[in-house]
Amino acid sequence: MSQPVLEIRNLNVDYGLGDKAVHAVRDVSLTLHRGEVLGLAGESGSGKSTLAYGLTRLLPPPGVITGGQVIYHPEGGQPYDVLALTDRKLRQFRWAETAIVFQGAMNSLNPVHKISTQLTDVLRAHEPKMSEHTRGARAREMLKLVGISPDRMDAYPHQLSGGMRQRVMIGMALILQPQVVIMDEPTTALDVVMQRQILGQLIELRERLGFSVIFITHDLSLLVEFSNRIAIMYGGRIVEEAPAATIYRDALHPYSAGLLASFPALRGPKRELAGIPGSPPDLAGMPSGCSFHPRCPKAFDPCPTTIPVLGPPADLNSAGRSVACWLHPALEIS
Amino acid sequence: MRYFLQRIAFYLFTAWAAITLNFFIPRLVPGDPVQSLIAKYRGQLSSDAIQSLYVLFGLDKQESLWQQYLDYWKQIFQGDLGLSFTFFPAPVSQVISQALPWTVMLVGITTIISFMLGTGLGVLAGWRRGSWADGLLPVTTFFSSVPYFWLGIIAIYLLAGPDSFFPSSGGFDSGLVPAWDQYFIPSAIQHSLLPALTILISSVSGWILSMRNMMVTVASEDYITVAHAKGLSERRVAVSYAARNALLPNVSGFALSLGFIVGGTLLVEIVFSYPGLGFTLLQALGAKDYPLMQGIFLVITISVLVANLLADVAYLLLDPRTRKEG
Amino acid sequence: MTIPTSSIEQVIPGQGSMAQPEEAHPSKRKRQRFTFIRNKKAAVGLTIFGLYVLFAIIGPWIAPYDPSARGNDLVQPPSADHWLGTTHLGQDVFSQILVGTRSVMYVGLLAGTIATVLSILIGVTAGYLGGKTDDVLSAFANVILVIPAVPLMIIITSILNNASDTLIALVIGLTSWSWNARVLRAQTLSLGRRDYVEASRATGEKTWRIIGFELLPNLTAVIASGFVGTVIFAVLSEITLAFIGIVSNNGWNWGTILFWAQGQQALAQNAWWWFVPAGLAIAFLGTALSLINFGIDEFVSPRLRSAGKTKVKTASGRTVRMRIGFTPVLSSKGGEPS
Repeated sequence: MSQPVLEIRNLNVDYGLGDKAVHAVRDVSLTLHRGEVLGLAGESGSGKSTLAYGLTRLLPPPGVITGGQVIYHPEGGQPYDVLALTDRKLRQFRWAETAIVFQGAMNSLNPVHKISTQLTDVLRAHEPKMSEHTRGARAREMLKLVGISPDRMDAYPHQLSGGMRQRVMIGMALILQPQVVIMDEPTTALDVVMQRQILGQLIELRERLGFSVIFITHDLSLLVEFSNRIAIMYGGRIVEEAPAATIYRDALHPYSAGLLASFPALRGPKRELAGIPGSPPDLAGMPSGCSFHPRCPKAFDPCPTTIPVLGPPADLNSAGRSVACWLHPALEIS
Repeated sequence: MRYFLQRIAFYLFTAWAAITLNFFIPRLVPGDPVQSLIAKYRGQLSSDAIQSLYVLFGLDKQESLWQQYLDYWKQIFQGDLGLSFTFFPAPVSQVISQALPWTVMLVGITTIISFMLGTGLGVLAGWRRGSWADGLLPVTTFFSSVPYFWLGIIAIYLLAGPDSFFPSSGGFDSGLVPAWDQYFIPSAIQHSLLPALTILISSVSGWILSMRNMMVTVASEDYITVAHAKGLSERRVAVSYAARNALLPNVSGFALSLGFIVGGTLLVEIVFSYPGLGFTLLQALGAKDYPLMQGIFLVITISVLVANLLADVAYLLLDPRTRKEG
Repeated sequence: MTIPTSSIEQVIPGQGSMAQPEEAHPSKRKRQRFTFIRNKKAAVGLTIFGLYVLFAIIGPWIAPYDPSARGNDLVQPPSADHWLGTTHLGQDVFSQILVGTRSVMYVGLLAGTIATVLSILIGVTAGYLGGKTDDVLSAFANVILVIPAVPLMIIITSILNNASDTLIALVIGLTSWSWNARVLRAQTLSLGRRDYVEASRATGEKTWRIIGFELLPNLTAVIASGFVGTVIFAVLSEITLAFIGIVSNNGWNWGTILFWAQGQQALAQNAWWWFVPAGLAIAFLGTALSLINFGIDEFVSPRLRSAGKTKVKTASGRTVRMRIGFTPVLSSKGGEPS
């Protein structure tokens, strides 16, 4: 396996302080490797977006990171903890190393500035020595890259369609050639045709430019198609992590299986559609033990009382995958 | 452009409504308020002047209301607002044209400064929540609840006096003649400081509060998070992203509140005997000088409309969404 | 005059995720109503306001003197006999303020009520019916809003000659409803697009029932805030009218006191007790009402609350401020050293 570029270690994120705190992300460890697309799936409220915002310290109040590390491995440099950076260093790190494409294509752009201004102010902040002319040329180049005619440079966001705005955001994310691009439901607001078009384009760009992607969505079928590895979150924890094809063929956690069953497969044999009974847990009142047990069709003795540990399943000989489920207890790690 | 034309149409309509209101108010009141004044000044009034007052106040009962209305408009268009009794025999238009510049200078400039200062402080208070700027809020609340004129009285009591730098009344030294020269201008500025300060202190808090609230609202928009994610400097995020957007509703709020503000500032002029429209209005009230009162009301309304139009132009320049779709 | 400081209007239209008043949800509503009273600003405001109402009722009975009665102590500073001193005619300032409270509160509340009723009628109708009706009513409200209210009031009152308190309240009420009507219209528009209103409309519910049972309960906070704002404005307006001496001169209110103080050179005589208390009475009433309105604002859009706790202690004992864009990191424990 190739080397890691971003390692999340035991990350914990709360909303609020003290007794009233809600634990939105609990003890999550996840590694993104160079050049790969890592999918992060889960229902709304599973903590997947909180994780993405948390690892770049962008969560608005009352979000608080209560523990953990986010280790970034720059190309040919010493790894460092992103969460320990000073504000100034963090500003330099942002966008240059890790860019984000946000959920709301509609509201991600500042309505009062031209898109040229919004593309070039990144360059102004990160590469102050670059000339005005070069900045403009670079911005035009990025627009061309994502399939927008450079003469839209002077357009205001309200003059662009939703799809075009999201392309602008993707172009903006790539303008500093970051190592990591986090995509938080980048296409949810768009129609299906536009979704595939944009994602297809993104994958192509990734092959050309070689960045890594954390792709967050509730749409597992998209991940199966577009990502290398998939991590599935439930109740603030990762419950299963495996190569995309493995998850698709043989999901171990009953929740992953349920998620897969609730989307129609785009390719491959037809399957029967089924939902998961019940609703996602309230983060404020998380069930004891495995938080999925009240909805789990296969729950048994240990589930309500003891939290299963995420690890490679002991009963199966499958490398490169891990699961947190009492059906497939993890190997004891010494 | 379309937006702009719509606004102009609206202001023309409002001006029409205000003038029509002015036409009806004296006619709806039982009795003839001006009749007694005319009787008092009979002999000194020319027949033209009497005719003008008849048209303005509807004493000409032989004519139909519609005919009166048409005559009224004709006269307004000629700029004939009747004769002032307080400053007899000066015509109302002349009295107003002497007072108007004082009010425009004092109220106009102070209001703009107050808006800018309040907006700036509001940006600070809204951006750095929980910092010292939040402590401004209770103080500003108190000051926005105080009537302008009372604050003026207190300002005179505390700061003005025979030995003080601040004169307690008037617009300039009584020994001077209004002129653009090195004696008059400094004196006029000196006299305007205390009234200006009064208006500033009572009006600035409203802007601080509304800008703060808009900043708080805007700060949680997606594009602010994006701006942070882009690694822009704190200053750029606060000013170019947050404040720039929060300013828009504040500017339209500014236009809408002008009518309220002007009402309050007139009273400051009264307290300071400042030779503007407010003080003139007080003199007219004392003498039951209806032509002058009505004339002042018209001029104030028109000025507020013009100021509104200017605020709209500012809004047009600030918000690309109201410009022509490209 | 005060600028209407309620941010509700600016917060509502088209802000997507912006705070909207809570939808009808019985149990939740009850809990939130309770929260409103618990809001510290609102509680302080309501308490002070309650005191003013009390004095408006009992003021004339507990006043130590007849406020118009002349005495021999002319322009005397506060003393045991005259707690707030006397005027140029030897009248007791304290009694004038106590007696004057009733007129101020009466005009404020009556004008507030008139303006609120008008704004509901015009604003909600415009917002709910839409189309031509909306165009006409909105234009009307905007015209009234832009015409400067205070000069208009001055002219009307002065022509009315010795207007009574009720008449003045009427004039103020009729000239000051437009701001609230605008706010209510915007609110009604956004509420009218909600599913449950659409549903009632689709099932053929009568218009007055939809307005009365679906819309108005959800507009309560906005209406209340508008009412409070208008009361502030009405109080200031009445005092202004009295101060320039164009209201009936046989009653007392704080403006009348200031009128006499100004006219009789209280300033030149250093008679601070003559004009300071009346102004403070206005200021505290205004502050109380503003506090109530902040409470309502924060109740409607929780985002405006002065964030209760904005500072966090990290594991290493440093204090960091919670702010947008830089989530506080409390500790890095849990990760093995790299």
